[in-house]
Amino acid sequence: MNKDILLCGVGGQGTVLASKLIASAAMRCGDPVHSAETIGMAQRGGSVISHIRIGERAASPLIPRGNADILIAFEPAEAVRNLSYLKKDGVVIVNSTPVKPTTEALQETGYDGTEMIAYLKKKADCVILDGEALLKKAGSARCFNMIVLGALAASGRLEIPTEILIEEMEHQMKPQFLELNKRAFHIGEEAGTDNEVK
Amino acid sequence: MKKEYVMGNGAIALGALSAGVNLVTGYPGTPSSEILENIQKYSDGSVHIEWSVNEKSAMEVAASASYSGARTLVTMKQVGLNVASDPLMSLAYVGVKGGMVIVSADDPGPISSQTEQDTRMFAEFCRIPVFDPASPEEAFQMIQDAFIYSEKYKTPVLFRPTTRVCHAYASVEVPDSWRYREYEGFIKDSGKWVIFPRLSFLNHAMIEERNPKIGEDFSSYSMNSVQGSGRKAVFASGVSYAYAKECLQDHPEVRFCKIATPYPFPESFVLSALEGVEEVLCVEELSPYIENALLKLIGKHQLPVRVYGKLTGHIASSGENSTDSLRQVLGDFLGISMITEQMDLSDCPSLPVRPPVLCAGCPHRASFYAVKKAMEGRKSYFCGDIGCYTLGNAMPLDMVDTCLCMGAGVTMAQGFHWVDKEAVCFAFIGDSTFFASGMTGVVNALYNEADMILCVLDNSTTAMTGHQPHPGTGRNMMGDVVAKVSITKILEGMGVQKVLTVDPLKLQEAMDAVRECAALPGVKAIIFKSPCVAITKPQGTMKIAPSCVGCRKCIREIGCPAIVVKDGKVTIEEGLCTGCGLCSQICPVHAIGGVCHE
Repeated sequence: MNKDILLCGVGGQGTVLASKLIASAAMRCGDPVHSAETIGMAQRGGSVISHIRIGERAASPLIPRGNADILIAFEPAEAVRNLSYLKKDGVVIVNSTPVKPTTEALQETGYDGTEMIAYLKKKADCVILDGEALLKKAGSARCFNMIVLGALAASGRLEIPTEILIEEMEHQMKPQFLELNKRAFHIGEEAGTDNEVK
Repeated sequence: MKKEYVMGNGAIALGALSAGVNLVTGYPGTPSSEILENIQKYSDGSVHIEWSVNEKSAMEVAASASYSGARTLVTMKQVGLNVASDPLMSLAYVGVKGGMVIVSADDPGPISSQTEQDTRMFAEFCRIPVFDPASPEEAFQMIQDAFIYSEKYKTPVLFRPTTRVCHAYASVEVPDSWRYREYEGFIKDSGKWVIFPRLSFLNHAMIEERNPKIGEDFSSYSMNSVQGSGRKAVFASGVSYAYAKECLQDHPEVRFCKIATPYPFPESFVLSALEGVEEVLCVEELSPYIENALLKLIGKHQLPVRVYGKLTGHIASSGENSTDSLRQVLGDFLGISMITEQMDLSDCPSLPVRPPVLCAGCPHRASFYAVKKAMEGRKSYFCGDIGCYTLGNAMPLDMVDTCLCMGAGVTMAQGFHWVDKEAVCFAFIGDSTFFASGMTGVVNALYNEADMILCVLDNSTTAMTGHQPHPGTGRNMMGDVVAKVSITKILEGMGVQKVLTVDPLKLQEAMDAVRECAALPGVKAIIFKSPCVAITKPQGTMKIAPSCVGCRKCIREIGCPAIVVKDGKVTIEEGLCTGCGLCSQICPVHAIGGVCHE
């Protein structure tokens, strides 16, 4: 399998754990994996990216533009910011709930994410997740990373069996958080099914 | 053997442990910090591991251990090498016994650094070998080789990964355990270990005679490689090799060379790689190091080869390379199209900007705000330093007028005083930075009788680089609980007459302390003590009462990311608020309550 997956969001949203789970699940399937994370000053409220590259063809840790099969965005504007990474027939899995930049309170631009979602729909196949509603359903504000993982599994684009993803969760997470995260995963699976729009 | 999926810095740590490293020292700095942390994670306790007080100390601790035959590793970022350059320049002349590898991580971009300096240039300046890994997998093997070369030639060696190698992840095959490596111990010999002009003269001659031999040795080093054939060649190093490989993997008609040991330049290897070649494109980041070395070699042998790269404008002179940037350049060089089809995004809507900011609840925000309010109407200069608190420059705080390098704020405040005696001159420095390079600056102010106010922003950690312990925290990297070094006692011992300690989250008290110090001559110090919010439990959250009049003073004055406007109303983002209570102390109608310090 050769597959490039880009995860993006805002510092603190949990992109790193999601990327680790995908990478280790792919390794369990026997594929070579390379990945790269944003670390350092940019983490402080800034835009963050994780690159995951599965397969022999990936020579460098960073996905070239126009090469990503899947773009997973934890925030609508971050999806648009990184859309140039996506292949022409790639899919976007995106959280429609915006994270307003800290500068927004000082200088209002009216950013609410709707324009971004409309633009994404115009440009690519999208799975749109209403983060706010799904998190309420899951009963925790801090598990969107597992919801998005569930939606990714349901999209059928990953080519990694769902059982392996779940096993990796069991392997890597503290037992006290496992139940909540599995519930979030299944909520994401449900939300991801029949959600793909052009 | 077992497979570990690790960060490049983890691979470097595992490689050093596999090589039987006995002592590891370093100072935190992105992108190098995780090397030493991974050494601690994987080590069985037999390796001495320390965060030294700065890079110079780290280098010197390792030097004597290495004189004793121990294998030593020193880690830092590239600007840290500037701090450690004094011992390193001399150490290059004296030499070592046990293998000594100095990791200096470069940061093209730069992504989290002040400069785009190139450690390969530093190696040539020091006249010591340098290794340049292209991936985490390669770094794991190469650092083990670096120890062997260091011992073979009795010289410290540099190892310079870049950010994209340090922070890339890959699976690496590692041994299940490491055998403790015995060492001989120090054998006294003042003719060998004491640097005098005569020794320097003799050793300089020895080094200049030796280095071409190391270059010959490197010519058969397996990490220097050549693939493909043809009249056109691409020379690459570091992560740029990986980007170029991505572009060239289906092009065996191009000769593709990797230079893993830039200094001493492997001349024989390069000469044979150049046989039949008419044109070369050099693909590298930071300085045109390989390009210059090739030009020199081609000139020396009068070869009919044209060289393209940074000096000819084919490769950008600053910033990172990428597969995308190389597709264009390599395509032009080879006369083929390498551009992949991409979406037309020219109609993209304008995107919100997300500059890095001080976290919600960060005590630095409160410290800056207290100084700002206390000094309203008085001419003041605010000298910043390296750490999270550099972010105090952002609006609306706007409290960092200068930032140069670690420790510079303390001494720059004095320079401002000597040229403008009207102004009150402030230096802001973090606790870890104070120990690293702030203390000597305070002595300078006392000795030369400058007027200044030192503000130590003490959050009990090294926050920006990932919360490493330091001398004031009472913990070290061997896992021991140790006596805390007191900043107050240091300052009092130096002779600072006024040393105040305040909680910055108590705004009135903090402002009073600033005013008290500003009224006095000489050197004054205020320690703003409050722990980093990223390593403490939140105290609760603030709430805005219906009595809020919507004046938005809280937003305009302190710029906390937890205060937002929702549907026209000022609201607290509960997921972000830590309950620091700064906002409640500035609300003119007392509409913000909850957990609070008052």
